Amino acid sequence: MNVHNITIDHYVLLSAILFCIGVMGVLFRRNAIIVFMCIELMLNAVNLLLTAFSNQHGDPSGQVFVFFIMAVAAAEVAVGLAILVMIFRNIKSVDIDMLNKIKW
Amino acid sequence: MVFTKKPVYSVLYLIFFFFTLFGHYILLNAQFLAAVHLIVYAGAIMVLFLFVIMMLNLNKEIEPNKSIVSKFAAVISGGLLLVIFICVMKGADSIPLAQGSQDIGSVEVLGKVLYNKYMLPFEMVSILFLTAIVGAVMLGKKEIK
Repeated sequence: MNVHNITIDHYVLLSAILFCIGVMGVLFRRNAIIVFMCIELMLNAVNLLLTAFSNQHGDPSGQVFVFFIMAVAAAEVAVGLAILVMIFRNIKSVDIDMLNKIKW
Repeated sequence: MVFTKKPVYSVLYLIFFFFTLFGHYILLNAQFLAAVHLIVYAGAIMVLFLFVIMMLNLNKEIEPNKSIVSKFAAVISGGLLLVIFICVMKGADSIPLAQGSQDIGSVEVLGKVLYNKYMLPFEMVSILFLTAIVGAVMLGKKEIK
């Protein structure tokens, strides 16, 4: 397949598939670390789509947004994993169904 | 990645995924973004994940069996979301990928945009990082007196 045959649709489709895998993983698993990784997957799907459209329109703003998303993702992972370590210390498990105490 | 038993294998698949995404960024003329992606994700975030898994010794197949109904519901709802996305984009015209100018993703162009148009958000990100550092240190302490 020639490179010129690749349309923006392919990137939209790839991003949609990646995003859906992420959503499925969040709903499917109970291990909190894997849920975090699936959130990363969703963020990366959005990043890929933003980059593709930025390239399509010749506008560097999209890539700047991707830069900000990466910064937010890094901060989120740092805080999230710290919370996870604290939870593990308290209840000796990373099962998200054990966290129903914070529901009420 | 979603269906593996051990968390470490999930992390390894995720690293593989990040490298493929790196290739996509290169193909999309986003060289600076590709470099940042490799440094931030493959360098920092994955090390954090692996570190936490190994520190907490979580690489056991202790995955408690979620009820089959909720697993089924998860797959169905994820699949339905994908079907919705595909149906939405089916009506759109397909435009060939533009062979845009080569320097869209270069450090020079991105830097000019970042430091002129998006100066305030950039400073906000630094504050966000500061709060994240403080929060992580606070949460990581053994006992808060």
